[in-house]
Amino acid sequence: MARDMQMADHPRLIYRHRLVTRLWHWINAIVLMILVGSGLMIFNAHPRLYWGQYGANFDAAWLTLPRFPGWMTIPSYYSLAGARHWHLFFALVLAFGLLLYVLWSLANGHIARDLRIRARELGPQHLWADLKAHLALRFHDPDAPAAYNIFQKIAYVGTLFVLLPTVIFSGLALSPGMDAAWPWLTAVFGGRQSARSVHFLAMAAILAFLLVHLTLVLLAGPFNEMRSMITGWWRVPTEDEA
Amino acid sequence: MIVTRRALLVAGSAGLLTGCDRFTDSPVLASAEEAHRFLQRSIGRGALATEFRPEQRSPRFRVNGTHHPNTPEYNIWAGTRFVDWRLAVDGMVARPLRLSLGQLQAMPQRAQITRHDCVEGWSAIGKWQGPQLATVLQAAGISPLARYIVFHCADRYGNSNYYESIDMIDALHPQTILAWALNDRLLDIGHGAPLRLRVERQLGYKHAKYLTRIEAVASLARIGAGKGGTWEDSNGYQWYAGI
Repeated sequence: MARDMQMADHPRLIYRHRLVTRLWHWINAIVLMILVGSGLMIFNAHPRLYWGQYGANFDAAWLTLPRFPGWMTIPSYYSLAGARHWHLFFALVLAFGLLLYVLWSLANGHIARDLRIRARELGPQHLWADLKAHLALRFHDPDAPAAYNIFQKIAYVGTLFVLLPTVIFSGLALSPGMDAAWPWLTAVFGGRQSARSVHFLAMAAILAFLLVHLTLVLLAGPFNEMRSMITGWWRVPTEDEA
Repeated sequence: MIVTRRALLVAGSAGLLTGCDRFTDSPVLASAEEAHRFLQRSIGRGALATEFRPEQRSPRFRVNGTHHPNTPEYNIWAGTRFVDWRLAVDGMVARPLRLSLGQLQAMPQRAQITRHDCVEGWSAIGKWQGPQLATVLQAAGISPLARYIVFHCADRYGNSNYYESIDMIDALHPQTILAWALNDRLLDIGHGAPLRLRVERQLGYKHAKYLTRIEAVASLARIGAGKGGTWEDSNGYQWYAGI
């Protein structure tokens, strides 16, 4: 009881996110919004998706969508050329930002220390216990409150090492110049039109991650979470709220 | 007036997106074109575009851009199977040429089954045949000081004829050909009869159709509005369309 009182009176702050992580996080928040907006405008030029090497109006599309409205696209008026200027500039920021961040985080041990998934964490018992904790809105292990839980690790590792590389490389595979320089890249995706479909699906998966991410920020306490991603300092939840 | 936080967020993000509009023509964004060109040339300056097997071709190769130039001059050519059509080769060359379709067909030929990638996102695979551009340029005695090849076309866009340009790295590339056949047949009018450019490492709008004149130049500044092509001048499309 006395311990709880003390916790409440003196909330414990820990330095949770380093400057590089915070910087990369906010750059990505902006860059991804621009890439999605300009990408939807580029999609509007030919809103059909195919599998295989080729695909045009006379070929069978697996997905045909109406054009995305102007409030979702960059620019808001129809301009394929303008959207390409946005997209191709910020694609470089995303790709080289990711490369630098991964190298940096490997070098300083962030990935090995905080994101590495241990075998025991993938055991069914652990997963089940963590799922129940999530459903009860308990996101932190009281014994190691700063550690990421297994679902967080899967989401972050999946985004960092699967979704973002997939969206970058499938985008590169759309380029006729890259197709000549690195023909294996287009081949990995099964052709340019398959790469275009994968590019679109990877974008949708990143949006799904963002939706879950933002929902969990709200559930975990938006003020504390925002502060930790801006200043680095995160307040350890007290026992009764953890 | 009560503004909910949600309304503020929605308005804010919509405002951010539309606020982007005025930066669309910014030279900072446009600088990415140079970066991509530099990166692609660094890793694959002489690389060849993927070539395909005959059975990998698109069943139907769609037409894009001009479907028919429909000018009096072009209609006369098309009505007489292009016997009076000539390709002028001039500018910074030692021997300006006027080549008939028969002369172009008599030169050493290259046939290639390649993928045509439109800037809009679609692709079609077809077999193209014609002399390499390098062969034609060497026949004309291209000056070592020439830096770009400009392609003048018979189809009109607004008040001027369609034009495009490429630099010497792409002009002398082995897969850059002046195609007169698609899928073993003479080009039809929709695909650019009698002659079109194939520059396989760039997007579709660079592949000028209905060619009438090839001009070697040292600078693009005095051609059209100076950006190197009809779409570049009129809509701000990238001149380097390798990405």
